[in-house]
Amino acid sequence: MSNNDTQGTLWEVFLQRKPGQPFVHCGSLHAFDKEMALQNARDLYTRRGEGTAIWVVPSTAIVSSSPEDLGPFFEPANDKVYRHPTFYQIPDAVKHM
Amino acid sequence: MEEWFDAKLQKNEMIEPKDWMPDNYRKHLIRQISQHAHSEIIGMLPEGNWITRAPSLRAKIVLMAKVQDEGGHGLYLYTAAETLGTSREEVLDALHTGKAKYSSIFNYPTLTWADIGMVGWLVDGAAIMNQVMLQRTSYGPYSRAMVRICKEESFHQRQGYESVCHLAFGTPEQKAMAQDALNRWWWPTLMMFGPTDDKSPNSAQAIKWKIKRESNDQLRQRFVNQTVSQAEYLGLTIPDPDLKWNEERQAYDFGTPNWDEFAAVVAGNGPCNKERLAARVKAHNEGEWVRAAATAYALKKNEVMSAA
Ligand SMILES: [Fe+2]
Ligand SMILES: [Fe+2]
Repeated sequence: MSNNDTQGTLWEVFLQRKPGQPFVHCGSLHAFDKEMALQNARDLYTRRGEGTAIWVVPSTAIVSSSPEDLGPFFEPANDKVYRHPTFYQIPDAVKHM
Repeated sequence: MEEWFDAKLQKNEMIEPKDWMPDNYRKHLIRQISQHAHSEIIGMLPEGNWITRAPSLRAKIVLMAKVQDEGGHGLYLYTAAETLGTSREEVLDALHTGKAKYSSIFNYPTLTWADIGMVGWLVDGAAIMNQVMLQRTSYGPYSRAMVRICKEESFHQRQGYESVCHLAFGTPEQKAMAQDALNRWWWPTLMMFGPTDDKSPNSAQAIKWKIKRESNDQLRQRFVNQTVSQAEYLGLTIPDPDLKWNEERQAYDFGTPNWDEFAAVVAGNGPCNKERLAARVKAHNEGEWVRAAATAYALKKNEVMSAA
């Protein structure tokens, strides 16, 4: 292997299983450019009709929270029970709300 | 940190790439996942050997689809290994220089068409046993790769069994060919599960870390229990005089594989070790100009894009 021989860069693949559904991360792959990333994603992740649409994103473009943040980062939502429908009292006489 | 990690394992929560993990857990996973990936890739060779000689168009497209799946499995696993901080170049280099191992089974030759059926039925069957367990492995990316792989594997085993059926219920010559293939593949398949539990210190640690959920011997026993009736249906004889049902254990007793042979194959002295590695290195080297061209093309297009 020579020094500038590479296996391409890492891409993340998101798949929409059926039209109308959200795109879900299904895995990663290597490619040299975006067309190749898309074609590789099709060959690698949809050999059996697993998806109807694909997004590919360079892995370096993904920004993620880190595990140490788990507590403090999501904390602001923890004490806001009034964001849930069950917080509210609806008179029994009113049906179907 | 170690306590946090242990607690997470205790709760059967998965470890994810950015989580803290012990160095040895990381090392163990890099080794296991990359060797698993290498096995998928090297595994394409003995089967690819028969694509041009498949006995019908149907058999040919089935075999091509299967071999393509195995390539895909390798790629899922390589990217899972990369989430642990190793690079694709590094793991491939370890394979090509002989530093990394792959499953010893692929160092056996596929001599006749019956071997291709036998590989699907037995080798994929044994791999599935291991991979079903690994769906519950403690490392998230490895587990998710396994879930996808298991969905694809059942086609592999079924096409293999179907192919062996054609031979076993065919002419006497075809049946003899199937029996000969079974005779050659049975013991190497049992060796795929690895050394016995008392000789497998790595695997005890892997079970502690919940990387593996069951021991080599447990998986091997389950495989034998499941496979005997499939062989009986075919009217083929498993080449083990010690094979018999044990009423008390509700399991089959079976003989001991030739562990000296296993050690020799793992050490690089199996029938096809040199041939397999040479084929892989040749394919890699002959692909270098393609990678160079793809790199140049991507760079050039980026330039054009930023100039526009
Ligand atoms: Fe596979
Ligand atoms: Fe397979």
